[in-house]
Amino acid sequence: MNVDVVVTVAKIAVVLGLLLQVAPIMVWVERRGSAMMQDRPGPNRLGPFGLFQALADAVKFLFKEDVTPAAADKPLYLMAPALALLPAFTTSVVIPWGPNFTWDGKEYAFTVSNADTGVLLFLALASLGVYSLVMAGYASNNKFSLLGSIRASAQLISYELAMTVAVLAVIIPVGSFHLTDVVAYQRTNTWNCLLQPFGFLVFCIAAFAETNRLPFDLPEAESELVAGFHTEYSAMRFAAFFQAEYTSMAALSALGCTLFLGGWSLPWLNYEGMGWLGVALGLGTLLAKVGVCMFVFVWVRWTFPRFRYDQLMRLGWKFLLPVALLNLIAVSAMTLAGWL
Amino acid sequence: MTQPLALPEDDHDGLFADSEEMELSFGPQHPATHGVLRLKLKINGERIVESYPVIGYLHRGTEKLFELHPFFQNIPHTDRMDYVAAATNNQAYVGAVEKLLGLVVPPRARCIRIILAELQRISSHLLWLATHAIDIGAMTPFFYTFREREILLDLFEDYCGARLTLNCMRPGGLPYDLPVGWTGRCAALMADLPGKLDEYEELLTNNRIWKKRTVGIGVLPPEVAIDYGVTGPMLRGSGVRWDLRKALPYDGYDEVEFEVPIGRNGDTYDRYIVRMIEMRQSVRIINQCLEKLPEGPIMAKRPRVMKAGKDAEIYHGIEGPKGEIGFYIVGDGTPNPYRCHVRPPSFINLQSLPELCKGALIADLVALIGTTDIVLGEVDR
Repeated sequence: MNVDVVVTVAKIAVVLGLLLQVAPIMVWVERRGSAMMQDRPGPNRLGPFGLFQALADAVKFLFKEDVTPAAADKPLYLMAPALALLPAFTTSVVIPWGPNFTWDGKEYAFTVSNADTGVLLFLALASLGVYSLVMAGYASNNKFSLLGSIRASAQLISYELAMTVAVLAVIIPVGSFHLTDVVAYQRTNTWNCLLQPFGFLVFCIAAFAETNRLPFDLPEAESELVAGFHTEYSAMRFAAFFQAEYTSMAALSALGCTLFLGGWSLPWLNYEGMGWLGVALGLGTLLAKVGVCMFVFVWVRWTFPRFRYDQLMRLGWKFLLPVALLNLIAVSAMTLAGWL
Repeated sequence: MTQPLALPEDDHDGLFADSEEMELSFGPQHPATHGVLRLKLKINGERIVESYPVIGYLHRGTEKLFELHPFFQNIPHTDRMDYVAAATNNQAYVGAVEKLLGLVVPPRARCIRIILAELQRISSHLLWLATHAIDIGAMTPFFYTFREREILLDLFEDYCGARLTLNCMRPGGLPYDLPVGWTGRCAALMADLPGKLDEYEELLTNNRIWKKRTVGIGVLPPEVAIDYGVTGPMLRGSGVRWDLRKALPYDGYDEVEFEVPIGRNGDTYDRYIVRMIEMRQSVRIINQCLEKLPEGPIMAKRPRVMKAGKDAEIYHGIEGPKGEIGFYIVGDGTPNPYRCHVRPPSFINLQSLPELCKGALIADLVALIGTTDIVLGEVDR
């Protein structure tokens, strides 16, 4: 058998295995984390520290009745949750999870796909996410869902722009779409969040909006739209939206860490000479960074109130996009001048 | 004034067919309508063109029930109107009956009544703050305020055994004296509370997003507020210094010192600030009462069977947490009231909602329902 195929399958297994764990772990982190911030114990009955709560939740979702409203547009209604999972799981193919490793005398990058388009592939796949929200809201035939999906389409498209421009600014000095090169660049220079603080800020804000997390959780806005685009969903289909949200949070955190926070590397540490141990340490480093980002997501959610729809759009178009563009121009000029 | 009937029942007549507008039934089963309020909305995109509150989902015929029971048996009915502010409902009702029968409440009972009423005001405002913040998307203050409300409700439980439907006042005085150690626990909570209020304010008052969502939203000009008969923090938020505790003092409110906060712009943020200051002023009132709590009886001399005179009628209103809660009672010489009408602050404040949310967005609507601070048990009765 071709060794390349085996290696690729192994990489897919590792990355998919990691991503599938995100939702259960995050459910626990979110519930215990919010409890910690809100001065209450949180779920603590099932297993040590309530760790099996996520398991119980999953079982509950599996056994709930899966209701399809009579007035729903069936094919679209049933397809939307699956489509939500698709970008969530596929975007991480371009993330380098650790240093290169050698197998059978050949060197491999620790990314599932080392495509030349790199980060563009990530952005392209991520922008598919809006379709599932729009479809879910439209197909439910519910006015609240429809309002939620209108919000979702406007919000995701406008924040994607700012995010893409912020990402481009990182790519310019690196000169390559490969995220492995972005990491290598940060290892020789310094982390991009220090070199491009404004780009980092724009990316962070856009990441919250892209993942529909508070203070930008307008498409679901519980107190306004009941549950927004997934009001009509129940059982595992609802859980699929849940899982998609957490998984895309993890994927975006991984992208953010790779672009701005040094990826799998740490300053003054060289994992590359350590063989398999280095690969494991690199993976662990990136996961730790992603974990911190995920906790920030939780922390922000339980601290801030929600923006209003028009305020959100104003922030996106009148603040984030100009800042991102200025940042892009500045970075381009500095790259031309040879400062970056 | 809105024309409530301008909105069609549904779209079967095709009234919306050619327009950009959509009818949205907001409630009665919606997480942000604080119970069973239903709002018929005509919306254009997210902007509200017209709104029409539909009430009555919680109507229990309380006013008719009053006619079927003697004066003193009606107090539990008042608990169940504004069920998060039972003590002030009790106070308004027994005040009306006392006026009708000419009972004089002993000073100790009056002082304890003020303490109970102010505790109730704080607990009602805490609940308002919790739900208002959750409507705007800030979840965490809910748990903080409920933590303190829990201790407050424990105090009520120690006093009268109930936590929500207190039934804690009687015409002529009080059913029980304060239990041993109660004043100490109350004073401890009052010492604690200002710090806790600071904690909530830290999360909200200067928060940019909170301000964006509340400043300039739902402006209620003072004239309009007065036209609608709006009372309580809603009216004071609009800059009208009207508080029945100062204007028509009852139960000895003229013997305590406190200030009446008013707003400047009449928007949601001002109403928020007014209520936050009111809680601090309530703490101040309770501290004064605890200090000077007089000794003596807690019940006036009263007839065994309370009968109002023939054709006796009375209106007595007090400053509840949500506004003026008043009772209009007509007697006919029997132990039962001939007629009892309630002036509920929630019902009348709710009437200003269509005015407030003209041209607002759906996201504002939930903030505005929160800022009117309604309890549907009182709106519908």
